[in-house]
Amino acid sequence: MGADAVDEGRLRDLIPGVLAALVHRGADFATAEDAVQEALIRAVETWPNRRPEDPKGWLVTTAWRCFLDLARSDTARRRRELLVSEEPPPGPAATVDETLQLYFLCAHPSLTPASAVALTLRAVGGLTTRQIAQAYLVPEATMAQRISRAKRTVSEVRLDRPGDLRTVLRVLYLVFNEGYSGDVDLAAEAIRLARQLATTTDDPEVAGLLALFLLHHARRPARTRADGSLVPLAEQDRGLWRRDLIAEGIAILQAALARDRLGEYQAQAAIAALHADAQTAEETDWVQIVEWYDELVRLTDSPVVRLNRAVAVGEADGPHAGLAALAGLDPKLPRYTASSAYLHERAGDIATAARLYVEAAAQAQNLAERNHLTLRAAALRQRLSSGGV
Amino acid sequence: MAKYLLLKHYRGAPAAVNDVPMDQWTPAEIEAHLRYMNDFAARLQDSGEYVDGQALAPEGAWVRYDGEGKPPVTDGPFAETKDLIAGWMIIDVDSYERAVELAGELSAAPGAGGKPIHEWLEVRPFLTAPPTVTE
Repeated sequence: MGADAVDEGRLRDLIPGVLAALVHRGADFATAEDAVQEALIRAVETWPNRRPEDPKGWLVTTAWRCFLDLARSDTARRRRELLVSEEPPPGPAATVDETLQLYFLCAHPSLTPASAVALTLRAVGGLTTRQIAQAYLVPEATMAQRISRAKRTVSEVRLDRPGDLRTVLRVLYLVFNEGYSGDVDLAAEAIRLARQLATTTDDPEVAGLLALFLLHHARRPARTRADGSLVPLAEQDRGLWRRDLIAEGIAILQAALARDRLGEYQAQAAIAALHADAQTAEETDWVQIVEWYDELVRLTDSPVVRLNRAVAVGEADGPHAGLAALAGLDPKLPRYTASSAYLHERAGDIATAARLYVEAAAQAQNLAERNHLTLRAAALRQRLSSGGV
Repeated sequence: MAKYLLLKHYRGAPAAVNDVPMDQWTPAEIEAHLRYMNDFAARLQDSGEYVDGQALAPEGAWVRYDGEGKPPVTDGPFAETKDLIAGWMIIDVDSYERAVELAGELSAAPGAGGKPIHEWLEVRPFLTAPPTVTE
């Protein structure tokens, strides 16, 4: 394709609207989804030569024809097609936002989180099964099965049922987190989807989630070294942070906070914004960060949040206050041992810290983290054996 | 070409020659070890002999069916007595000799004192599907 190559990102933005239009016309979800994929292939083939004036209209028409072709090949579907042709055109009900409903469908509570993520990436995000499989490091056939099972699960769900926006946000959050460590850039995809979702609903938590994504994504270039090892926040080269994304994230967050309907994503984004705002690690406003963690504890009552709060308390009020905040928590929490090791190190108890880092390394859930903790343990042991504390 | 699985053990393998646990190495020794492992995998990718490799968490459990309507039995996490696989790498090589040669190289990864660990690695050939055409 030459200069007229189709912009795949913009093409993918049209997918949820097209898919929703077909389902509203009475197409079943699974066949409609296949038809939309077919139409996309045709768009990529023909648009470089002749771009339609109304791309979405073109896609709906083409996808609908594809759907009819697919439906005709199946007698059971032929009956449904007849029914549809006799149905009156959609009434006022169709004015509710179809794209948002598609998000709700893909995040339906009857799906497991893994299936909801896969279906969202495929149906709303327009990624191919191969791309999704690569992102999750599973064989393509495995992912194809996961997606088609998910489609069967939601095939009986009517698109006009109101969904739970929180589940949708949860799914996008999972997509983003996966992309933080994976090879295929699911983080960028989650951001694209969150932007799109923000245009279809005015819930401040959607803005909060988008701001959170942007603020985390801004730090990504500084987060790992060339060999894949982790760089802790305090040691990151802040010159590598994406200032444009930070500015955008903060602006979106401020607009959301001004509407005075606080939720957990806005609070998380506020913490990320306070980190992003500091010119050096020492300038970080830990007192305010602790206040936001207090809000998060109130909103979620999550033990993981309490753990993160204890670390922030350690920075704001000193390591002993941090250890006191940690004392009431369950030692089985993820990263409890690593946090305790860090606070003991800061409190000057090097021997205990070294022992806890070794223990934390054995519990680490990913290789970069394990290597990082092992290295810290080794550095502390070296200090102990050389006599300097 | 034939595929082989190289297995590294946490427990259960015969003792290595340079048998000092990693948590007693210096940071420089750990970094040298990690670099060696990364370089090894990168070299096999370049030669087209690398398939996949993963590290495994140190805990594991034995699990067994316990009869109709009952949850599976497990021996619980952190059982102390069994073999535990630390990680694996799959290679796709021309011969068994090449698989042994590569496993030997991997076993020479530097450990305490910057000297090779000489750890024991297990080399297991994959069973393959019967050929479509037999002669």
